[in-house]
Amino acid sequence: MPAEPMIVFEGVHKRFGDSVVLSDLDLAVDPGEHVTLIGPSGSGKTTILRLLMCLERVDAGTIRVGGRYLSHMHRRGELVPADEKHSRDVRRRIGMVFQQFNLFPNMSVLGNLIEAPTRVLGLSRAEATERAAELLDMVGLAEKIDEHPARLSGGQQQRVAIARALAMRPDVLLLDEITSALDPELVAGVLRLLRRIGDTTDITILCVTHEIGFARDFSDRVLMLDGGRVIEDGPPDQLLREPRQPRTKEFLAAVLEGR
Amino acid sequence: MLDSLPLILSFLMAGVPPTVLATVGGIALTVVLSAVAGLALVSRHRAVRAVSRVYVEFFRGTSEVVQLFWIFFVLPALVGYQIIPLGAGILVLGLNHGAYGAEIVRGAVRAVPRAQHEGAVALSLSPWDRMRRVVLPQAVVEMLPPFTNLFIQLLKSTALLSLVVVDEVVRRGQLLVPNLGVGEKLTIYLVELVIYLVLALLITAGMRLLERRAAARVGRVPATGVAT
Ligand SMILES: Nc1ncnc2c1ncn2[C@@H]1O[C@H](COP(=O)(O)OP(=O)(O)O)[C@@H](O)[C@H]1O
Ligand SMILES: [Mg+2]
Repeated sequence: MPAEPMIVFEGVHKRFGDSVVLSDLDLAVDPGEHVTLIGPSGSGKTTILRLLMCLERVDAGTIRVGGRYLSHMHRRGELVPADEKHSRDVRRRIGMVFQQFNLFPNMSVLGNLIEAPTRVLGLSRAEATERAAELLDMVGLAEKIDEHPARLSGGQQQRVAIARALAMRPDVLLLDEITSALDPELVAGVLRLLRRIGDTTDITILCVTHEIGFARDFSDRVLMLDGGRVIEDGPPDQLLREPRQPRTKEFLAAVLEGR
Repeated sequence: MLDSLPLILSFLMAGVPPTVLATVGGIALTVVLSAVAGLALVSRHRAVRAVSRVYVEFFRGTSEVVQLFWIFFVLPALVGYQIIPLGAGILVLGLNHGAYGAEIVRGAVRAVPRAQHEGAVALSLSPWDRMRRVVLPQAVVEMLPPFTNLFIQLLKSTALLSLVVVDEVVRRGQLLVPNLGVGEKLTIYLVELVIYLVLALLITAGMRLLERRAAARVGRVPATGVAT
C-alpha cells in the first residue's frame, strides 16, 4: 500500500462573499516533498496555506493532514466540520512562516522561540531554551537571543520566525512569500537557510514564492494556480522552463520581466 | 484669612485618606471589571458579549448619583442590611468606571494587528494563551493612556460620596462652610482644588511610569532589558 500523502485536498471550494477563490481543488503532497505554488496575485495561493493553518474554513470538500481530517472530524460515525480543539490538535504538526514575520513584539527573540514549545508541547523552560539556542545557531543569530525583535533587520526577523516555526518540530512547513517583504540584499540569506532546511530535514514544505530560481532548485514539484484550480503540475525543470499551459508561460514571462 | 489657613488645611487634609481610599478602591474595582467586561465584549460567544453589553450600557447610561442612591438607600431596604458608605461609594465608582474601561479594553484588544493573532494560531497556542500571552500585553500599551483619563475622572467623582456622608475632602469642606465668611470659603475651595490637582498629578505620574515600562516591553522605545 502506498504511503498516505502528508497533505490532501479533495474537492475543496472556498469563496469570499461572491468571489470564488478555490473551486473543486484537488491536491496531494507526499511526506518530505517540497512543493512550490505559483500563480498570479489573487489566484488563491495564500488561501490554500491559510486553510491548512485553519485561519479559513472550507466551504466544501475536505482537507487531510498526515492521514487525519483537518477540516472535519468524526462524531458518531459522521463527518462534521472540525471544532477548534480538533483543528488545533491536527494543526500542531504544521508550522507557518508569514510574509511579514509576525514575531511577537512583547517578547525577546528567546521568548518568541520558547513560548509555544513550553505551552503547547509541554517542554520545560530549560529544554525549550536549549533547543531555541540550537535553532538560533542554525539560522546564524545565536548572539541575538536576548535581543528585541524590533531591533533586528527584516532578514534577521524572518530567520527568527523560521526558527520559531521549527521549534515546534513540525512535519509540515508552510512558507508564504517569506522573502517578499525583505530588502533585496537580505533575500539570499533567507533562501540559503531554506535550502539548508530542505536538505537536512524531512519536513514536508509547501511554499509560495516568486523567486523562480529558488523554486527551480528547491522544489520537487511546482503547481501553477489560476482561477481557483491547479492548471499545471510538474517537476520544476519542465514546468518552469517549458510550461505546457499558455497561462503558465504568460505568468512566468511577467514574473521574470518584473525583475 | 491667612491665620485660618493652617486650621482649614488640617481639617480638610483629614478628608484626604477617605478620598484616597475611595479612589484606590474604585480604581482596583474598575481594573477588574474593565478586564472582565472588556474581554467579554470580544468573546466568541454571543451570550457572553450580550451580558457584558447590557452591563456597559446600563452603567454608562445612568446617572452615577442615582446609582449611588440606589446602592446606599434602596439596596439596604431590599436586602436588609446597610452597606458602609465608603463601600457603597467604591462599588458605584467601580461599576461605573468599569463600564467605560470595558470599552477601552475592547478597543485596544481589537487594535492589535490580526497578524499577531494569526502568528499565535500558527504556533497552536490555545485561545486563552493567544489572548493572555500575545494580544493582551500588546493591547495594554494602547490602554494605559485612556485609563489615565478614566482614573482621574474617578478621583474627581469621589466628591459625590459626600452625598452619602463619606467623610472625604468635599464633605469636610461643606461642614466648615456654613460658619465662615467669604475669605475663608475662598480658602477652603482653593485648598480643595489643590488637593484634587495634586492627587491627579500623582495618578498621572504613576501611569506615565507604567506607560513607559509597557512601551519598552513591546519595543516602542529603546529598552535596556527585555522580559522573555
Ligand atoms: N478574508 C478575505 N475576505 C475577502 N476576500 C479575500 C479574503 N482573503 C482573500 N480574499 C480574496 O481571495 C482571493 C485569493 O486571495 P489569496 O489566496 O490571498 O491570493 P494569492 O495569495 O494567490 O495572491 C483574492 O481575490 C483576495 O482578494
Ligand atoms: Mg498571497
